[in-house]
Amino acid sequence: MKIANLKEFEVLRADAEAAQKKIRKKILVCCGTGCLAAGSGKVAAALRAELDRKGLDVDVGLKMNETGCRGLCELGPLVTFEPSGIFYKSVKASDVAEIVEKTIERDEAIPRLLYRDKASKQRVETYEEIPFYKSQTRWALRNVGLLDPKDITEYIGSGGFTALAKALATMTPEEVLGEVETAKLRGRGGGGFDAGRKWRSCANAKEDERYLVCNGDEGDPGAFMDRTIMEGDPYGVIEGMVIAAYAIGAKEGFIYVRQEYPLAVRHLDAALGNMRGLGLLGETILGTEFCFDIRIARGGGAFVCGESSALMRSIEGKVGEPRAKYIHGTAKGLYDKPTVLNNVETFVNIPLILEKGGAWFASTGTERSKGTKAFSLVGKVQNTGLVEVPMGTSLREIIFDIGGGVPKGRTFKAVQTGGPSGGCLPASHLDTRVDFDTLTEAGSMMGSGGMIVMDDRTCMVDVARYFTKFLVNESCGKCVPCREGLQQMLRLLTEICEGAGTLRHLEQIEGLAHVLEKGSLCALGKSAANPVTSTLRYFRDEYLEHIEGKKCSAGVCRALCRFEIDEEKCTGCTLCTSVCPTACIAGEKKTPHEIDQEACIQCGSCFDVCSFNAIRIL
Amino acid sequence: MKILINGRAVTAFNGETVLTAARRAGVEIPTLCHHEAVEDSGACRLCMVEIREAGWDEDWTKLVTACLFPVQEGLVVQTDSPEVRRTRKEILELLLARSPEAEPVRVLAAEYGVELSPYPEREDAELPNCILCGICTRVCQALVTGAITMSERGPDKTVGPPFGEATDVCIGCLACASSCPTDAIPVEDTGTTRTIWGRTFDLVPCAICGAPTGTRDQIDWLVKKTGRAAADFEICVACKTKATGEAWHRISW
Repeated sequence: MKIANLKEFEVLRADAEAAQKKIRKKILVCCGTGCLAAGSGKVAAALRAELDRKGLDVDVGLKMNETGCRGLCELGPLVTFEPSGIFYKSVKASDVAEIVEKTIERDEAIPRLLYRDKASKQRVETYEEIPFYKSQTRWALRNVGLLDPKDITEYIGSGGFTALAKALATMTPEEVLGEVETAKLRGRGGGGFDAGRKWRSCANAKEDERYLVCNGDEGDPGAFMDRTIMEGDPYGVIEGMVIAAYAIGAKEGFIYVRQEYPLAVRHLDAALGNMRGLGLLGETILGTEFCFDIRIARGGGAFVCGESSALMRSIEGKVGEPRAKYIHGTAKGLYDKPTVLNNVETFVNIPLILEKGGAWFASTGTERSKGTKAFSLVGKVQNTGLVEVPMGTSLREIIFDIGGGVPKGRTFKAVQTGGPSGGCLPASHLDTRVDFDTLTEAGSMMGSGGMIVMDDRTCMVDVARYFTKFLVNESCGKCVPCREGLQQMLRLLTEICEGAGTLRHLEQIEGLAHVLEKGSLCALGKSAANPVTSTLRYFRDEYLEHIEGKKCSAGVCRALCRFEIDEEKCTGCTLCTSVCPTACIAGEKKTPHEIDQEACIQCGSCFDVCSFNAIRIL
Repeated sequence: MKILINGRAVTAFNGETVLTAARRAGVEIPTLCHHEAVEDSGACRLCMVEIREAGWDEDWTKLVTACLFPVQEGLVVQTDSPEVRRTRKEILELLLARSPEAEPVRVLAAEYGVELSPYPEREDAELPNCILCGICTRVCQALVTGAITMSERGPDKTVGPPFGEATDVCIGCLACASSCPTDAIPVEDTGTTRTIWGRTFDLVPCAICGAPTGTRDQIDWLVKKTGRAAADFEICVACKTKATGEAWHRISW
């Protein structure tokens, strides 16, 4: 049924809300990619079967949602119950019968499935009490993990499309633009360009044929904000796009999703179909004169296609190479027509801004970065997963309060933000407040929100080498500095890691950083030296240790380190022998062990498992 | 409009690039990927110039590629500033490591004081002189049949027909090889055949003098494209020029 006018939408919304109210209990099974990998698909199937078997009618008063990512990926599969708030981690299909009996039928928590607070060692019953969730402000992720990403009625019943209806019924495109400008929303994809300004320059373009593009080509290693939002709240993203299209006068839009995100594509595709069915997309949306439709374009897996001009070429069916942006995409973008391209997280913020007002949005955050930002917190941190905090939250709060700090026994060394072209900040910068400008000033960048925590077992030269290697592989190869310069940079870094580094290497690296920054065609090349320059800025000693001392004290660069067992500390527990891949550790039980240096491959597994600090890195 | 290039006021027209305006005014800016016949791409980065737009702070400048940057009122351009020279030199050092034998690279590098690249030279390259400027692919795409393209990316980037296999789309016209600034594309002409991009073409002899004209495929393509008779193309350039000259003679002025 197509909604013929706004009045009909109001009726539909009232019905959907009433239906929501009738639901007494909700079971939220996290079916984000992380939990699915941990087996949540089986848990969901088992739950459904058990509910069926017991005749607990799923449609009356009880609703089970296979939701998007709930954030605490490390502990999946996660199952949450509403309204009780009971939160289970690491749920298995074999737990299901007990869950239905106790938690669903009697609202009783099963202690062994509850989260255990790492500091107090206490079991915590509801998710609101977990520090990981307590300190977050989930705006962009407002529906993710709660709603069924395929259920349009539930979205409508939870207030979905009210922003769109408001825009179409009561606002002119100019007023929508004004609201986004007031919000001072900056693009969440990495550049941090003012979204309102971008929209306005497209709206002012002379040509009538305009396009709207959503960039879902997230490719940073360890980043999954956009994937999670597309998987968990496709309607939110699309609603934001429809509002944007109305503001700029676009009739056609694209969502560019990378090939590696099949679940996101499925959910977006289903959402687009459902919206078309209700007349929320396509011709005469909600009975107004406004027409707009969206197609999904799937990327082929090239990192560089996340760059806006390369992305547009890719949609056009051409080789995904960036163009110079002396003429902006808002004047000459997709098919050389005026185009607005924003990131997934930018669009999902739009309905919120329209609903609550730009001024409300701008009241959170810092002077020049408003609202919240989602981060994928990964690496050497206790609670890995997806977090969202107000702009201006310190790195320390994110890593230590929400993330729970680095795992026991290790110390924090650096945090890498901004994806492969971002930078590494040391412990002395933990009180840096995350916003676009302060991170850039500190030599890193916001990027799209990747945050990789590193401990003292991380070699910063090796980190720079790793990211440079990633960029060598992902450079499109069109311009000389990026194609040739990065290869040379990687060679120099590899030589340093292998012990052949000289001070001349550092000089050359700094020269290459200059030509990359000044000479490259696109943002990928211009920022490609960041991993090297930021580590050189904060961890120069470590480079010098590799070059002059021929030593890697993190125990990572194999040519520059050696592992030895301290006889005094070794208790002969044999744990190290069981993890050694080359079986090069010898010794009787309860007597000090010894490493055969000839056979040792310096993998460091023994060092990582030893509970007695008996293994030294030399 | 007037723009300022190296302190000199220069006339420029709306829609043109800094490179066009500079060259018309006789200001030399080096390029390796610019070709008059096709759109610019900004791949070689050698035409970098330092600019300041009207309204910018006095000490604020930016490096841009002259081949792509559109002129605008009040633009101030420096084509040979220390920053420009430094960046060009660094780019040439990289290009020289890639293609140490490529003549235009060597000549330009020498102008910037680079005789030998500080980086190790590339080995085992299939097309050692190819600097991936993309002129050949742009020319083939825009003017001929689009038989060759860039493939792979980053260090593996290369130029050739799809999948590196011989293709029927190529007509052996040599637009690519003759526009290549570094003579990187191997061509073998025997007088009766021509081999390029893995295919051997028959050369059609000139109907008048017998010297090779174009390939059979090329003439077929021209016939299709122009609707003229094949005989019009089966005459070599020298004979065609001669015939035209004679035709002019016959005209009574």
